[in-house]
Amino acid sequence: MANVFAFVESRAGEVRKVGLEAVTAARQLADKLGAGEVHALILGPPGIAEKARQLGQYGADLVIAVEHAALTNYSPEVATATAAERIKSGGYRAAIFSTTAQGRDLAPRVAARLGVSVVTDVLSFDVEGDLLVVRHPMNIGKVIATLEISGSPAVIAMRPNVISPAQNPKAGRVETAQPAIDPESARVKVTETRQGGGGKLDLAEAPVIVAGGRGLKAKENFKLVEDLASAFGNAAVGATRAVTDDGWRPHSDQIGQTGRLVSPELYVAVGISGAVQHLAGMRTSKTIVAINKDKDAPIFKVADYGIVGDVFEVVPALTEAVREARKHH
Amino acid sequence: MKIAVCIKRVPDMDVRFKIGSDNASIDETGLKFDINDFDAWAVEAALQLKEKNAGSDVTVISLGPDVVQETIRKALSMGADKGVQLKADRVPFDGLTIAKALSEELKAGAYDLILFGKMSPDSSNGAVGPMTAELLGFPCVTAISSLEITNGKGTAKRELEGAQEFVEFSLPAVLTVDEGLNAARYPSLKGIMAAKKKPLEVKPAQISNPQVRVRKLELPPERKAGRIVGEGAAAVPELVQLLQTEAKVL
Ligand SMILES: Cc1cc2nc3c(=O)[nH]c(=O)nc-3n(C[C@H](O)[C@H](O)[C@H](O)COP(=O)(O)OP(=O)(O)OC[C@H]3O[C@@H](n4cnc5c(N)ncnc54)[C@H](O)[C@@H]3O)c2cc1C
Ligand SMILES: Nc1ncnc2c1ncn2[C@@H]1O[C@H](COP(=O)(O)O)[C@@H](O)[C@H]1O
Repeated sequence: MANVFAFVESRAGEVRKVGLEAVTAARQLADKLGAGEVHALILGPPGIAEKARQLGQYGADLVIAVEHAALTNYSPEVATATAAERIKSGGYRAAIFSTTAQGRDLAPRVAARLGVSVVTDVLSFDVEGDLLVVRHPMNIGKVIATLEISGSPAVIAMRPNVISPAQNPKAGRVETAQPAIDPESARVKVTETRQGGGGKLDLAEAPVIVAGGRGLKAKENFKLVEDLASAFGNAAVGATRAVTDDGWRPHSDQIGQTGRLVSPELYVAVGISGAVQHLAGMRTSKTIVAINKDKDAPIFKVADYGIVGDVFEVVPALTEAVREARKHH
Repeated sequence: MKIAVCIKRVPDMDVRFKIGSDNASIDETGLKFDINDFDAWAVEAALQLKEKNAGSDVTVISLGPDVVQETIRKALSMGADKGVQLKADRVPFDGLTIAKALSEELKAGAYDLILFGKMSPDSSNGAVGPMTAELLGFPCVTAISSLEITNGKGTAKRELEGAQEFVEFSLPAVLTVDEGLNAARYPSLKGIMAAKKKPLEVKPAQISNPQVRVRKLELPPERKAGRIVGEGAAAVPELVQLLQTEAKVL
């Protein structure tokens, strides 16, 4: 029997959806390994232990909650030290993180501290004897690698949205713990986490992403994209590099090779040509819709559904129709 | 300031890749190679710091076969002072193996700052920078898109998913560079001439046993051909219908 560790991310004192996915993945892996336990670690400000109680619903046998007033923001050094110590003393077969800005920062540090390797952006995993075999996109997603991880614990970070959080209730015993180092002693301190804009959904979590490109012509026209996103109700806003370079949107909204990698249920590309570097960040979305006035735009090659037309005409009509459709739900 | 920048030679991604006959590597025939974009931004950041801080020097380090000397020369022609090739037959996938070899070289260097790219597009793993930081015991900030250094203290900004983090750190430190920090300069003719005379040291890389191996590479399945629903706003009702009944996302 082998236990599996899951790191659950929090932001602004809330459990992130990617954390539920990490626990779900750990549950699946523990079951493949033969009835192992899942232990989930979460760090956050006072109150996080109570919020983390729900992790039991997703298959955590034990929730380890580290509460500290200095942990409202992410602390890379506290998280690394606490996770590495816990993983070492717990003797886990595997440790699962998320491929987010935070997980990409944390998982390699923890792995190096444990003297093992790391694979990020994992699409799926399997156990074969002593090996953990994972699939991982390479060359900006143009090649899929099957990798054998021989070290133990195997440290992996899952791509967001490839595993849906699934109910699988376990004991979910909550234990509180101290940070492994004093947060005040950290040499790296996050002084502020600034949300991109009024209550906007997180790009790594949103089931729907509405992304805009240069076809919108000007910064103020991004309102069309925001309106469509709010019509869906569960959508985040993304952008191309053309748009973030021109300062219409912050760089944190950029999707693509050098921006965020996303795979939502639905991706709506508005006035986006579909350059290879953009496709690299979103081609694994489950359903892709494209609206572009050029019928030969490369985005239509990856789109499940396309409308050839002017965004200024099509998007307001779509926003209205989506709003109507959701009303009758 | 003493600055090191770790740089990787990577293929141009704007091609259709072919899998090699061993099914576990990329067929490199006809591929064009250059410095990883993130690493070029890291070199640029180092050069800007050097220009601001008299008496600084910038060392670039690349692990790989002799062809990486071309990439090192490019960084030298941008303005770096010296290069180190950690010679290996090939670049392993395993980030820990690379990080161990780099940290062996870096630990004796007494660097104030060690810069990496956020990620290399070929491995797409983003592991080597933070792993090297851990092995050296240095503070580390990953994926920075702004940087300010004054009196041995640094501040930086990181882009999260739809949010930004503002970070303070002490030196010496390891930083990994995201897009948006700067625009990399092109080597000038004078720079290219000067680079030919700059020192490029070749040493064997200390390659440890990898814990991650590539079993197989495949091209992903093509997305099944989509369809144009129609033209203009008239196509909207059918699209919404399809999203409800076929894609079931609405
Ligand atoms: C190293 C490198 C990394 C990069 N990384 C990224 C990345 O991470 N993400 C990214 O997005 N890009 C990236 N790029 C840039 C990329 O190559 C493209 O330049 C960019 O994606 C184009 O953005 P766009 O589609 O908004 O603009 P354009 O390519 O200009 O496309 C605009 C589209 O809008 C359509 N259009 C215009 N007007 C209308 C209208 N009224 N109604 C409907 N449609 C209209 C046009 O037909 C066109 O197809 C990178 C480039 C490089 C070199
Ligand atoms: N072979 C290498 N030689 C020098 N630096 C490297 C090498 N491989 C990776 N790096 C550095 O590590 C960063 C992240 O790479 P990766 O972990 O492969 O995504 C790169 O941007 C480089 O700065």
